[in-house]
Order: sequence, then structure tokens, then C-alpha cells
Amino acid sequence: MKTHLLVVSAISVALAGGAQAATEITVMSWGGAYAKSQVEAYHKPWMAATGNTVNSVDADNPATPIKAQVEAGNVSIDVADVEYSDAIRLCDEGLLEEIDTSALPAAPDGTPAADDFIEGALTDCAVANIVWSTVYAYDTTKFEGNAPSTIADFFDLEGFPGKRGLRKSAKANLEMALMADGVSPDEVYDMLESDEGVERALAKLDTIKDEVVWWEAGAQPPQLLADGEVAMSTAYNGRIFNAAIGEGQPFEIVWDGQILDFDLFVVPKGAPNVEAAMDFISFATGTEPLAAQASWISYGPARKSSADLVGLFNDGKTEMAPHMPTAPENMQVALVNNFEFWADRDTEISERFNAWLNN
Amino acid sequence: MSTVASDTSPSLPVDSGPITAADGTPLHVALQRATRKARIRAFLLVAPLLAFVILTFVAPIGQMLWRSVENDSFSANMPALTAWFKANEAVQPGAGLDSDGLPGEDAFAALAADLAGARENRTAGVVGTRVNYDLSGSRSLFTKSARRANRLEAPYKAALLDVDEDWGNPELWGVMRRSSSTYSAGFYLAALDMQYDAQGNVESVPDNRRIYVPLFVRTLWLSALISVLCLVLAYPIAHLLARLPLRYSNILMIFVLLPFWTSLLVRTTSWMVLMQSQGVVNDLLVAMGIVSDDGRIQMMYNQIGTLIAMTHILLPFMVLPLYSVMKTIPHDYVRAARSLGATPSTAFWKVYFPQTVPGIGAGVLLVFILAVGYYITPALVGGSSGQLISNLIAFHMQKSLNWSLAAALASLLLFGVILLYWLYDRLIGIDNMKFG
Amino acid sequence: MSMLKLPAHASTGERIWHYTYLVICGLIFLFLIAPILIVIPLSFNAEPYFTFTQKMLSLDPDGYSLRWYDRILTFGMTAPEAIRDSNWWRDVWENASWIKAAKNSIIIGIASTILATALGTLAALGLSRPEMPFRRLIMGVLISPMIVPLIITATGLFFFYSSTGLAHTYVGIIMAHATLGIPFVIITVTATLVGFDHSLTRAAQNLGATPITVFRQIIMPLILPGVISGALFAFVTSFDEVVVVLFVADFDQQTIPRQMWNGIREQISPTILSVATILVIFSILLLTTVELLRRRSERLRGLSPG
Repeated sequence: MKTHLLVVSAISVALAGGAQAATEITVMSWGGAYAKSQVEAYHKPWMAATGNTVNSVDADNPATPIKAQVEAGNVSIDVADVEYSDAIRLCDEGLLEEIDTSALPAAPDGTPAADDFIEGALTDCAVANIVWSTVYAYDTTKFEGNAPSTIADFFDLEGFPGKRGLRKSAKANLEMALMADGVSPDEVYDMLESDEGVERALAKLDTIKDEVVWWEAGAQPPQLLADGEVAMSTAYNGRIFNAAIGEGQPFEIVWDGQILDFDLFVVPKGAPNVEAAMDFISFATGTEPLAAQASWISYGPARKSSADLVGLFNDGKTEMAPHMPTAPENMQVALVNNFEFWADRDTEISERFNAWLNN
Repeated sequence: MSTVASDTSPSLPVDSGPITAADGTPLHVALQRATRKARIRAFLLVAPLLAFVILTFVAPIGQMLWRSVENDSFSANMPALTAWFKANEAVQPGAGLDSDGLPGEDAFAALAADLAGARENRTAGVVGTRVNYDLSGSRSLFTKSARRANRLEAPYKAALLDVDEDWGNPELWGVMRRSSSTYSAGFYLAALDMQYDAQGNVESVPDNRRIYVPLFVRTLWLSALISVLCLVLAYPIAHLLARLPLRYSNILMIFVLLPFWTSLLVRTTSWMVLMQSQGVVNDLLVAMGIVSDDGRIQMMYNQIGTLIAMTHILLPFMVLPLYSVMKTIPHDYVRAARSLGATPSTAFWKVYFPQTVPGIGAGVLLVFILAVGYYITPALVGGSSGQLISNLIAFHMQKSLNWSLAAALASLLLFGVILLYWLYDRLIGIDNMKFG
Repeated sequence: MSMLKLPAHASTGERIWHYTYLVICGLIFLFLIAPILIVIPLSFNAEPYFTFTQKMLSLDPDGYSLRWYDRILTFGMTAPEAIRDSNWWRDVWENASWIKAAKNSIIIGIASTILATALGTLAALGLSRPEMPFRRLIMGVLISPMIVPLIITATGLFFFYSSTGLAHTYVGIIMAHATLGIPFVIITVTATLVGFDHSLTRAAQNLGATPITVFRQIIMPLILPGVISGALFAFVTSFDEVVVVLFVADFDQQTIPRQMWNGIREQISPTILSVATILVIFSILLLTTVELLRRRSERLRGLSPG
């Protein structure tokens, strides 16, 4: 059925070209530098190729408006960019259209999509486009001579005084707190399965709670750092890269204890333009658009065939490879987000986290 | 108000004295008819607006109240188990259960069938979320079990307990039974930090999970504090404005009215600019040597931020009613008291102040009513410690999507506000509300 | 401040207290007005900071620029770098985020104001008649949108609009904003009718005037200032409203406050201050209009010497 639609839309675009009535699709992403990279690498080429238009809109986390829209029955988003655990959760709850991943284009060398995407990047309802990570970054002017270098340093207010920025959610914070408390990355999720583990993580967060400025949108951490509101903050690695390399801000990323995750494209159930949405996803997750995106922000492409095409940042001189979360030297103490854990436990742990936050 | 009956009809000559009207009908009948007509005419003028407000305001709020007690996530998606609960109403914990305190095989078979259906329709998450509201930790139980539902075989009780021993938790069964009814007061309990225990009795949640009652308390406390701050700041300037000649007070009044007419977001932005660590106030304090560059004061993203910004935003609502009361107080009384030997402070406290009490009441009540429902300002400058109850309603509406709980919290807030509004109408009268 | 006279016999203590009192009042007025005016100079900052730079303080022209005002136009454009010809301006008109938001704000503001003013004025005429039944209760209901916290109204509207298909529509937002503006229209219009002698209309009718003539010749001139200031209040209420928009509007219906909300939380730049400056000037104009109207109304009704 979905293949059929995809094929039909592909053919009609190919045959009718400009004569076909243009469709406008709404693509929801995370705003800021990341949304800009997608507009440049995906939206513009797709619009040029199909004559359709893309209305790019932002949310703090696109997974929440999807759920609200589908449950309330006013869906206006065609494509959304969500985290792995949210993609699984929304799919489990029947809030997403299924995507026929066999219809995705093969790599230029003929490798089928299923083999070209890195492991786990394709699911029933979602197609990954990037690998990104939650890291923490600091303002180098505030720590001259004695810079933080480990995840434990983030929680060390005496050694590294100053306000901390943290995302206002349980995800990533609990893992980082446990790693900072000496738990090795491969034991983090086992520990969080138990209430004691969650309490231990919250107890660690308690040690810095009074100094925390909470952020919600991905564009906020670089802003908080630039305004001097915080001395260090957790952030999505690409946002810090763009502020540091793109805008010359004195920010440094600490990769120790980073948490890797996918961002995936999904189509909300009942989206107004399902066909065009599927066509967009198929186009955007092709080898070249994925590689092109990496020249706008330091997120790794989800296709192996794109990796070789990744070169310089759009400033024309910065090599992207060492800034990617997947670069070997950045992966020494890294945690891969356990999407199943969060898909199942997000609601419960968020509840506990909120009680903690408000007490 | 109820002077309607004594009103004369517009078309009749007053005081003409005859027993019958011009057309021969008895006067009191003609009067009544004319009064009724006038009443209907007045009502017809109001009717379109009333209908409009009922449609766009009263009905939506009514629907929200409905939402706070209605939730069919469980019954709509777990039909077999819901039917079993209905058919076995007498089976309560402690009576009619298996020796292990759990329902029998037929209930587990219904559960297995529903889980298979939930897997098919992708509704396990919805059901799990509903049960999770009352028993934290059970959402994953549903999603996990639904994923394995097609591999379940009879006897189902043993099979499900094998998937996860939590299915053998009697408390879970109690929660599922309660969730299976579409209507419940459960969300109000949750909104008051209460829950059902395993026996179905109401109890408080553990201290570390209490959220809403402390937040209601904080909202009331901060609103009261803001009202007091507003009063303290508004009283001197309202007094000054009332005593100054009109041509001066009209100019100074602009200082009060301009904030009133300026966008809430502009005012909140201004405060963010002022109160940032690298903002104007801190820069000024550093320049004056009051604080060191490293010791900049954190005025934003905490309660102080909420307190200062909201006091500023609500201050005009205190100044205006105070001013309108003070303007009517003749200064002669204070002068008379003074000439009779009262000290300035006695003259003020015994003579002037009591006369301003109605203005204080109106202002404090208005500011308090407006403050308890604030959302935008605390969301932007309040951090986590400066959040009010409205922010949590928004959180449950937009983030956690626990709409029933959001509706229950909103209903409790609404109830409080209506009570205050009623009080305001009793004491001051909504007719006396004025702007500018 | 010598406008307030101290009695000649005032003691030293009284004098000290008197001047302390004036200083306190001055500080409170400063507290009221400074936060609103501070954004104006800061919006001309040449640097992307929210505080006065050294250059600004020394009044160096290099410290000031119009870049953040320019940014109001270019933000969201498809080709902001292009040559500024008619195509560039078309791009601004069609794509710039703030311009789109301003268009939405004006459309929604005007439509909801007309709706609120028409219905509200009619109702105020009925409410100010002494024979109005259930006056207190009905008045209470009609004023309540002003008192009920916006988050509650927005929550109710979210459910209601989702079930009636009004979510994500202009009509839905216009209706909601009209409801929020109605209390102001009612309050201002009924205020102009306070003390109105209803026998005037009766007298006119007895002298043969039609109800329409009565309305145009007697009532209209009297309530007009109230209607206009009520309409301005209703417009500002809609123009400033963000909570309902956050809950029931779609991305196509972003208004200025909604865009500011985004801006404050995400791309925080002095652009937000230049928008704020424009809005402050706008509110000064509105305030002036309302004040002039109020004085005119009081003069008409003989309440003040003018």
C-alpha cells in the first residue's frame, strides 16, 4: 500500500514535473542551527526537484506536538524529526504511519538501503537521518588553566564553580549523573531499571540542583553560555559546534560521558500529505542529502555511503570528521542511548523527575 | 438591582392617578405587561453576546470539567478485561479470588486476548499510560507484554506471570479494575497528591512524590506576597496621585498606565534583560562596586524573578482602584484631626487609612486573582523554583499529555478563582471595575 | 516636586518625612517605567548583547546601529542577502517571520475587535437598562473571561476546538480572542452609561423620535468614547494574547506575541528588543488615544471640568 503510494507519487512527479499541482508539506524539527542544516541539505534540493514546498516549523521536541495533534485529531505536521525512543514509543502507541523502508533508494554503488543504513537506523515507522549526541560544553574564558575534562567535573562545583545548564527532562541527565557518580557506561541502564538507581542519579543531581538553569529548546544552551548565564551546560553537540566553529564563540565540548542517539524522520498518523511526506523522507535520507547535511552541522549521517562524502564544514576549511560524535577519539567513554529503556520507562521516570524538580 | 417591579413603564404618564390605562386595561396589568416587554427587550440586547460567550467560553470550560472525570483509555482498548471486571463486580481483593489473591484463569485469558488486540492496534502504550497514572512503573509492563502477546498460550495465568511476575501484583489488579471504569475521581485525587492503596482506600502519596499540593501552596503564597508587595508600592504613589492637582497627576498617571498598555511579553522581556547575570542591573551593581564580577546576583530563573516581574506587571491593577478611592477622600478630615492635636501618624492611621480600606480590598483581591493564574511570566523567568500551578497545567497539556490530570488541576484552580471572583463581586461589585 | 505644598508650620521631622516620601514615590515610578523604557536604547545596540556596551555609554555612534531592526525584516526570508529591489521587498512581505506574524496579529486583532465591540456594545446597552433581568449573574458570566486564568480558557478551548474542528483555524482564534476582549467593551461602555437618565430616551420617543433616531442622536454620542476605548482594549487584548494561540493555533497562525515567545526562548537576540521597542511606541499611541477619549467622555457627561 505505502510502496504503491510512494511509487505513484514518484512517477507522477517524474512524468508531470512542474505541471503537477504543488503540495506544501510541513516538516517539524528542533529549530536553530539544526533546522537550518536540514533546510539547506534536504528541503531546498527537494523543493527544487519536485516543485513542492516545505514549511519548516520548530518545536522543543517534535515528539510532543505529534502526540497532542494525533490524539486531539488535528494533525497538521507531515514529517517530524524525533529521537529514537520517541519514535519507538509513538509507533507502539499507533500514532505514526508505517514507512516501507524497502522503498528507500539504494546507495550509489547499488548497496540496498537496508544494508547501507547503519544498524538500527530503520524501524517500522521511522528512518534515521543523523547520529548526534548529548555532551556538555563549557565557556573556556571561565576556566582558564583548569578546564573540566570528565563528566564528573560537570558535577564538581568546588573544582569548577559556576552555573550549570541542563535539559529539563530526565533523559540524558540521569545517565550522566550515574556516569559522573562512577557507574561505567555499560551498567547505567541496568542500574536505572531499579528505583534505587533512579534515586541514586537524582541524589547526584541534587548536588548541583541549586546551581542549575534548565533549558528546553536546543538553541538555548549556546545562548545561555554566550550570555554568561551558565559556565557549562549539557547540549546537543552540533549546536555547540556551530556556535564555536561557525560563530567563533569560546566554547569547548567535553566528550567524556557523551550519550549517542539517532534522530529519525516519522510521519504522524493522519498527516495531511502522507504521499509527499514519504517522498520527502525517501529523498532526504538519500546518500547525498545526508552527506550534504554534515557540512552544515556536526552530526553523523545515518548511511554508511554518506560517510565518505563528508568533507569540510561550510566555512571551507574545518574538517568535519574529528567533530563528529562517532569519531574514535570522542568515543572513549560514551553511552549509546538505550531506546527501549526510554520508550518503556519515559513516562514513569519523567513523573519521578518532575516531583524531584518541583520539591 | 431588583427595582424592576417598582419601575414605571416608559409609555405611561407617571402620577396620572387613574385606575385604568388609556386603553381601558387595569393599570397594574398594563404596567406588568409593559415591564415584561421592557425586560424582554433588555434581555434581547444581551442575548447574542450571552449565546456567544456560552459557546466560546462556558461550553469549552464545561467540556474541560467533563474531561477531568472521564477517561476511556482503558475501557476502549481492553474490552474483554473490562467486561470481566463488570461481570465479576463482587470479586474484590480478599473475596472470591484464587488462593494467591489473584483473579482466576478466565481474567488472565481476557487479559491475554486484550493484550493481543492491543498489539494489533498499537494501543498497549495508551492502556499502559492510563494504568501508569495510578501505579507508577506499569506502562512498561503493558508494552513489554503486548510485544509478546502473540506467543502467549493457555494456561494464560501461568504464561503471563512468566512474562512478568508483576502481573501477580494484587495492587495492579485493583488499579486495572478502577481504570476500567470510564468515569472516576482518580484524577482529582492525583491532583491533590493522593492515591488509592491496595485495599482501595484513599491515602497520601509518599513525600518525595508530592507535587501538586506544594505547588498550589506555593502559588497561593507567592500570589499573596505579590499582592502585599503591590500594595506597599502602590499605596504611596496612589496617595500622591490623589493629592496632586489634576494637571500634575494626569502626567504622572502615564507612568502607571503605560505599563498597563504595554505587551506582557515586552515587559517580561525587559525584566529578563534587566535581571540577567550579564544584564543591566548586575552591570550597574558591579560598576558601583556593590557586588564583585564573580558574585553577580542570580535574579532570574528562580522565585525572585517571578516575584519581581509579576509585581511590576500587576502593580497598575493595585494603583488604579486605590487611586479611585483615595480621590474621593477629602483631605479636610486629616487636617481636622491634626488641628485637634493628632500626631501625623495618628491622623494617618486613625483617620485616613480606614477610609482607604475599600480600595485596598479591591486592589489586593484583583491582584491576587490575576496572580494565581499567571503562566507566561513564571514560564519565562521562573526557572524551576518560580513555577506556578498554571505552568504544571501547561506541562500536562503539552508535554506529558496527561489531559485528564491537567483538566482536574485546572478545575481546582478554576474553583478557587470563581470563589475569589464571587467574593470580589460581593465586596466590591464587578460593576466598579474600571480601567484608565 | 514642589507641587505638593507643606504647611508653613511643618516641623523638621515632617519636612524630612515629606521629602523622603517624595523620593520613595519617585523610586516607585522609576520601577514602573524604567523596565519599559530600557529596551529602547538597548535595541540600537551594535553588539548582540542585552546590556550597555562601553561604546554605547560613551555615546560613540559606532556603538549604535539599526541592525536588529533590519533583522526584523530579514529573519525568515528565503534570500535575505539579495539586492534590495522590489523582489527583495516581496520576499520580505511574503516570507519574513515577523512580517507574517504581524499580518496574522492584525487580521486576528481587527476581526476579534469588531466581533467583541459589536456584541459587547449591544449587550452593554441592555445591561445598563434598569429593567434587565438577572443582571448581576449575566454580568458575572460576561466579565469572567477576564478573570478566569488564560491557561484554563486555553485548556478548555483546546478540547472544545479539537472536537469541533475549530482548532488550527483563524475563526477559532478570532472567536477566542473576541471572548477575551468582551469584558473590556462591556466595562467601558457601561461606564459611559452610568448616571444616564433613561427618561431622556422616553422623552425623545414621546416627542416622536424613532428608536433609530434616539440611538443615533442621544445614545451614540454618549457611548462612542466608551465604545472606542473598549474596542482599543479588545484589540490590545488580542494583540498581546499568547496562551490561547500557543494551545489552539497552527504554525500558519503565528502572531507577534507567539513569535516573541519563540524568540525569547530560542534565538534570543536584540531583535526581540527592537520588536519590543516598536510595541512600546504602539502602546504609547494607544494610551494617548484612550486618555483623550476618556477625558472627552467625562467632559460630555459633566463629570470633570476637562
